[in-house]
Amino acid sequence: MREARRKPGSEWLKDRPAFLEDVYALFQRAFRTVYPPMKRMAPRTSEGFITWAEEVGKGYVFNCQMCGQCVLHSTGMTCPMTCPKNLRNGPCGGVRADGHCEVIPERMCVWVQAWERSRHMPKSGDEILLLQPPVNRQLKDTSSWINWLEGIDEETPPGW
Amino acid sequence: MSAPFELPDTQPPLPSPWKPPPAAADRPLRADSRLERVLRSGRFAVTAELNAPDSADPEAVYRNALVLSEVCDAINATDGSGANCHMSSLGCCALLTRAGYEPVLQVSARDRNRIAIQGDLLGAAALGVRNVLCLTGDDVTAGDQPQAKRVFDFDSLQMLRTARIMRDKGVFLSGRKLTTPPRFFLGAAANPFVPPFDFRPLRLAKKVEAGADFIQTQYCFDIPRFKSYMEQVRDMGLHEKVYILVGVGPLRSDRAAEFMRTKVPGVWIPDEIVERLKKTPKKLKKEEGIKICIEMIQQVREIEGVHGVHIMAYRQEETVAEIVHRAGLFPRARARRSGHVAESRA
Repeated sequence: MREARRKPGSEWLKDRPAFLEDVYALFQRAFRTVYPPMKRMAPRTSEGFITWAEEVGKGYVFNCQMCGQCVLHSTGMTCPMTCPKNLRNGPCGGVRADGHCEVIPERMCVWVQAWERSRHMPKSGDEILLLQPPVNRQLKDTSSWINWLEGIDEETPPGW
Repeated sequence: MSAPFELPDTQPPLPSPWKPPPAAADRPLRADSRLERVLRSGRFAVTAELNAPDSADPEAVYRNALVLSEVCDAINATDGSGANCHMSSLGCCALLTRAGYEPVLQVSARDRNRIAIQGDLLGAAALGVRNVLCLTGDDVTAGDQPQAKRVFDFDSLQMLRTARIMRDKGVFLSGRKLTTPPRFFLGAAANPFVPPFDFRPLRLAKKVEAGADFIQTQYCFDIPRFKSYMEQVRDMGLHEKVYILVGVGPLRSDRAAEFMRTKVPGVWIPDEIVERLKKTPKKLKKEEGIKICIEMIQQVREIEGVHGVHIMAYRQEETVAEIVHRAGLFPRARARRSGHVAESRA
C-alpha cells in the first residue's frame, strides 16, 4: 500500500514541533481577527480562499488530509489521518519492532512520531493523552480553520 | 473416598505460592458475566481464543468450544483475525450462547462503521453475550483479501466509549434512547511489546478512561519487557481499575515462530525463544512450545497486577487443556453457564 497523499508534507518541518506549535498559535490568532470581517464582506469567496490556503499550507507541511477537524495539537503536530487506519487514538498494536508502520513497512508509524514529537512541545504536548471523539465524516474536505472559528469542530455526537 | 478423577503426578508445582489479588468489591458490577465474576472473586482467570471456522457447520464451532470450555472461564470468538475471512464473531457467539457457553465477542473497527457496530452490540446483548472485546483490528493488507476497503470509522477507544455509553447512559451515540440498554463487561486489547514503549501504559490509561473493564494483551514472550510495562501500570494505579489478562500461546515450531513475528502484525518474539525452538529436535518442537507457554504463564502469574491469562492457540485448541492443566490452573470453573439459556428463555 502507498501512503495517503494530497500534498507532500515535510518531515524536516514536522521534526520541529515546538516551532510549528508557535507558528500555529500565531496563525490562529491572525485568523480570529481576520475571519469575521472577511466573512461579512464575501462569505463564499473567503471560505473558498481559506479552504484553499489550508489545503496547500498544511498540505505542504503536514500532508494534511482535510478531515475538517484538526487535532494536530493533540497528536504531536503529526496528522493522524495519514495513519492508514485513521487512528485518532493511536498507536495500534501492529507497530513493528523498529517503530515502522504495519501497513506501510517503509514508513515510520505516525503515532510513534507523534508521541516523540509531543515530548518536545512545551505548550500542548500533553494533549496527546486526551481521548479523541469519533471523526465527523461530514466535515471531510472542509476547512478546519473555519470549523474551529465557527465552533463546529468541537461538536461531539450528542450521546458522547 | 476417592476423587472423581485423578490428577496426574506430572503436574509441576508452582515456583512459589501465588497470592490472589484482593477481591475487587469496590469495582462496580458491570454485567455479572461469568468472566467478570471469576475476576471479581480474585481467582486467576483463564480465557482462550476460539478460531472461527471456515465452515457453515455449527459443529465446527462446537467441536472447538468443547475442548476449550472445560478449562477456561470464557471463550473469545475472533473477528476476522489477521484480516482473514472466517465465520463472524457474532455468529460464533450466537452458537456459543445457545449452548450455554460464555463467549467474548470480539469487534474490530476494520470492517464495520459506527451504525453496524452499535447494531451488532445490541444484537449480541440480546443473544446473551455479556463480554465484548473492542479492537482496532489488523489491517486488510495482512489478510487474504487485501483489495478490501478498510473502514476504521471508529478506533478501538471510540468503540469502547460508545459501548459504555450504550450500557451506562442507555443511548446510541446519536443520543437516541435505548428501550433496554445492553449489559456488557467491556474489554480492550493492549500490546506492551511494540514501540513506543513509554506511551503504551499511558494508552492503557486512555483505554481505562474510555471504559475498559478488562484487558487482553498481545502474545507475551518477553518477560522483562512486560515487567517494566507492569511497573508503569502499577505506578499509575491502573491494575486496580482494570483486570489484566496476559496473552500467551504455544508455538508449534521455530518456523511457526518466525512466521508469526514477521507476518502477524504486532507479535514480538525475542531471538532466544526462536533459538531455543531451533535447537530442539524436530519431534519435540511442539512439546517445547507448550513448555515455553507454561513457563510464560507461571512467570506472569508472579507479577503483581496480572489477573489472568488469555491463551491463543491458533489451530491447536487441543493443547489448551494440557497447558492449563500443566500450568497448575486446573481444576477451575467452566465456561459453561448451566441453565443460562433456559433462564433467559423462561
